[in-house]
Amino acid sequence: MELTTVWFCLIAVLWIGYFVLEGFDFGVGMLLPVLARDDRERRVMINTIGPVWDGNEVWLLTAIGATFAAFPEWYATLISGFYVPVFLILIALIVRGVAFEYRHQRPSATWAGWWDRAVIFGSYVPAFLWGVAFANIVRGVPIDADFEFTGTALSLLNPYGLLGGLVTMSLFVIHGALFIALKTDGEIRGRARALALRLGVAAVVLAVVFMFWTQALTGNLASAVLFVVAALALAGGLGAAYVGREGVAFTGTFIAIGLVVAGLFVGLFPDVMPSTTDFANSLTTTNAAASPYTLKLMTIVAAVFAPIVVGYQAWTYWIFRKRISIHNIPAGH
Amino acid sequence: MDSVLELARWQFGIVTVYHFLFVPLTVGLTMLVAVLETIWLRTKNPEWLRLTKFFAKLFLINFALGVVTGIVQEFQFGMTWSDYSRFVGDVFGAPLAIEALLAFFLESTFLGLWIFGWDKLPRALHNACMWIVHLGTLASSWFILAANSWMQHPVGYRFNEITGRAELTDFWAVMFNKVQLGTFPHVILAAYLTSAAFMIGILGWLYLRRPGENNAERPMYRRGMVLAAWIMVFSGAGVAVSGDIQGKIMTEVQPMKMAAAEALWETSESCAPFSILTIGTRDGKHEKWALEVPCVLSFLGTGTFDGKVEGIYDLQEKYRETYGSTPGETYYSPGDYTPNIPVTYWTFRWMMGLGVAGTLVGLAVLWLTRRGRTPTGLVARFLPALAISAPVMVLLGNSMGWIFTEMGRQPWVVFGVLTTAQGVSPGVEPWEVWMSLIGFTLLYAVLAVIEVGLLMKYVKKGPDPFVEPPSPTLRGSESDADEPMNFAY
Repeated sequence: MELTTVWFCLIAVLWIGYFVLEGFDFGVGMLLPVLARDDRERRVMINTIGPVWDGNEVWLLTAIGATFAAFPEWYATLISGFYVPVFLILIALIVRGVAFEYRHQRPSATWAGWWDRAVIFGSYVPAFLWGVAFANIVRGVPIDADFEFTGTALSLLNPYGLLGGLVTMSLFVIHGALFIALKTDGEIRGRARALALRLGVAAVVLAVVFMFWTQALTGNLASAVLFVVAALALAGGLGAAYVGREGVAFTGTFIAIGLVVAGLFVGLFPDVMPSTTDFANSLTTTNAAASPYTLKLMTIVAAVFAPIVVGYQAWTYWIFRKRISIHNIPAGH
Repeated sequence: MDSVLELARWQFGIVTVYHFLFVPLTVGLTMLVAVLETIWLRTKNPEWLRLTKFFAKLFLINFALGVVTGIVQEFQFGMTWSDYSRFVGDVFGAPLAIEALLAFFLESTFLGLWIFGWDKLPRALHNACMWIVHLGTLASSWFILAANSWMQHPVGYRFNEITGRAELTDFWAVMFNKVQLGTFPHVILAAYLTSAAFMIGILGWLYLRRPGENNAERPMYRRGMVLAAWIMVFSGAGVAVSGDIQGKIMTEVQPMKMAAAEALWETSESCAPFSILTIGTRDGKHEKWALEVPCVLSFLGTGTFDGKVEGIYDLQEKYRETYGSTPGETYYSPGDYTPNIPVTYWTFRWMMGLGVAGTLVGLAVLWLTRRGRTPTGLVARFLPALAISAPVMVLLGNSMGWIFTEMGRQPWVVFGVLTTAQGVSPGVEPWEVWMSLIGFTLLYAVLAVIEVGLLMKYVKKGPDPFVEPPSPTLRGSESDADEPMNFAY
C-alpha cells in the first residue's frame, strides 16, 4: 500500500477514535441539564468522564497534527477555509475544558451554574459543527486552483451539512446517554437508558437518511457495507438497551459512530477535500501529501507508539471501571 | 491595523504569549509535585503530603488553562498562517504530530490517573504517574522547541522547486539542531525556575504573612521554601549558562538578532560594550545617554572580550546581497531585514534582568533562613512581598525571552527562507482575524481573572490538614462501593 494511503487510513482512524471517545463526552455534556435533577447528579455525570475526557480530546490534536505532517495542503486549506467554525469549536472546547476543572472549586450554586452552561455550550457546539464540517468535506466545497477555499462560512450551512451536524449531535446524545447508563448507578442510570431509547428512533432516522444521501454523493460498495453494518449496530445497540444490556448497547453506538465516520472516509478516498469549483482543483491523497521521507518517518513513529497509547488508555478505562453513584460524590468543598 | 498580516501577527503573539504563561508552570510544577510526593513516600512525614496536595491543586487550576489554550496552538498555523503551513508542513508538521502522539497522550492520560487515582493505585505507582506526566511535558517541549529551532535555523531540509515547499531530508538534524541544543535546556531550566519561584512566592507569603503571630505551620512552609530556593538557585544558574551558549549560537546563525539585541548599528571591531540602559530616539537609531559595560557584548556573542560583533548596517547590506531586496512586500519595506529594534533591545534586557532578579530572591531566602534563622523586623515585614514578586518577575521574563527571540527573527518566519508576510493565509478576511483576535483576547482575559481569583482563594487557605490517603492495591475491593471518591470534580 502507498504511504499516502496508509496515512489517509491512519488519519481516518484518529478521527474515528476521536468521535467514538469524545462523542460520549459531548453526549454527557449535552445531557447535563436533561438527565441530572440536582447538583449531586450533575457531579455524578461529570465524574464519569472526569479521568478520561482530556485523553479523549488528544485524539483530535493528534488527528490535526497528523494532517499537518502528512497532508500539509489539506491542513492549510481545511483550517483556514473553515475559519469561523474552527474558531467556534475552539472557543467551545476552551470553556468546556476549563469548566470541568473549575466547576467544583467554589461552593456557590451560581458559580457551578455558569460552568454548567459552559459545559453545555461547549458540548453542543462541537457536536454539531464537527458534523457540519465533515459533511461539507465529503460533499465538496469551492476551492480554487491555488487550493484556496473560496466559499463563506454560511455556505457550509447547506442542507446536507446541516443534516450532518444533526446526525453527529443526535448520535453523540445517544452515545452519551448509554455511557451514563453504563457508568452510573441509582436513579440516573435508569433515566439515561430511558432517554436513549426515547431519542434513539430520531437518531436512527437521521443517521439512515444521512447515510443514504452520502451513499448517493460519494458511495461505493465498501461504504455501503459499512453504512449497513453501522445502521445494524445502532439498531442492535438500542435493542440491547431495551432489554437492559447496557454494555452491549454502548458497544453498539460505539461501533455505529465509528463505522459512519469510516464510511465517510471510504467514500472520500482518494480525495481529501473535493472541489466543487472544478474537480481538477480537488485536494487528493497525492497532491496534498508530504514528502515520502516524512511519511516514512511518521509511519515508523506511529507503528511503534500508537499501540502503546491505545494500551495505556485502555488501562485507564479499566482502572476507572466502577460505576459511580451519588453516594460516591464527596460532599462539600 | 487593517491588513490580515498585521492582525494575524497580533493574534498569534497574544494567544501564544498567553499560552506560554502556563507552559513553564506546567513543566516545572509536574516536576515539583512529583518530587514532593516522592519525598513524602520516602520520609512518611505528613507535611510533604500536605504540600504535594496543596501544590497539585494550584497546579491543576493552572494546567486547565494551559491545556485549553494549547488546543488553539494546534490549529493556529492553519487558521491564519496557511501558506506558512503549506510551505513548512513537511518539516514542521512532523514534530507537532509526534508531540501529540508521544507527549499529549502521556500527559493527559497519566494526569487523569494521578488526579483520580489516589484510591485506585498503589502509592508508588501513583507517584510514578506524576513522573510520567513530567516526562510527557519534557517530550512535548523537546518536539515543539525543535520545530521552533528549525524556524530560527533551518537544517535537514531541501527546497523542492516543483512543489515550492520545504521538504524534510534529515529528521535527526532537525531534532539535534544546534539552536535546539541551546534552547531546550534554557527553556526547561527557566520552567523549573518559574515553578520554584511560584512555590517560594506562595510559601514565603504564607510563612511570614503575619510575622508577629505564632503559627504552627511555619516549619512546613519553611521546609518547602528552602527546597524551592535551592531549585531556584541551581536552575537560575543553569538558565544563565544555557542562555550564554544560546547567545553564541545566535551570533553565528542569526547575527542580526544579536545586533538587534544590543541595537548595535555600527560594527564593533573589538570589545563591544553592553548597555544596561539607553535613552534614545524612539526608532532606536540614536542614543542620547547610555549606561554601558565595556566588552560584555563581545563576550556574550563570541566568548572573548575582544571579539568582533557585526552591526545592523553592515548586516543589512550583507542580507540584501544574500536574499535580494524583496523579502516582505507588505509589512516590511523592500530590502529591510532589520527587526523592530526598540522591541528587541528592551525585551532582551528585561528577559535577563527579570530572570536574574527572580533568582536573587531564591538566594535571599537561603541567606535569610541560613542555619535555622528566622527573619525578623523589617526583613520579615517585606519578605512576603519580595517572595510574591519572584514568580511575577520570572513569568514576565519568560514572555520577554520569547518576544525577543520571535521578534528578533523578523522579517522572517523561517530564517532566510520564508518571510512572515509570505506565510499569512491568503484566503482569510480581515474581519475573521478581528473576530478571533478579539474573541480569544476577551475570553483569555476573563479566564485569567477567574484563575487568579481561584489561586488566591486556595493560597490564602493554605494546605489542607493531613488525611491518611488510602493504600489500595490494583485489584480494588468491592467493600468500598458506596464510599465517597477520594477526589471528584
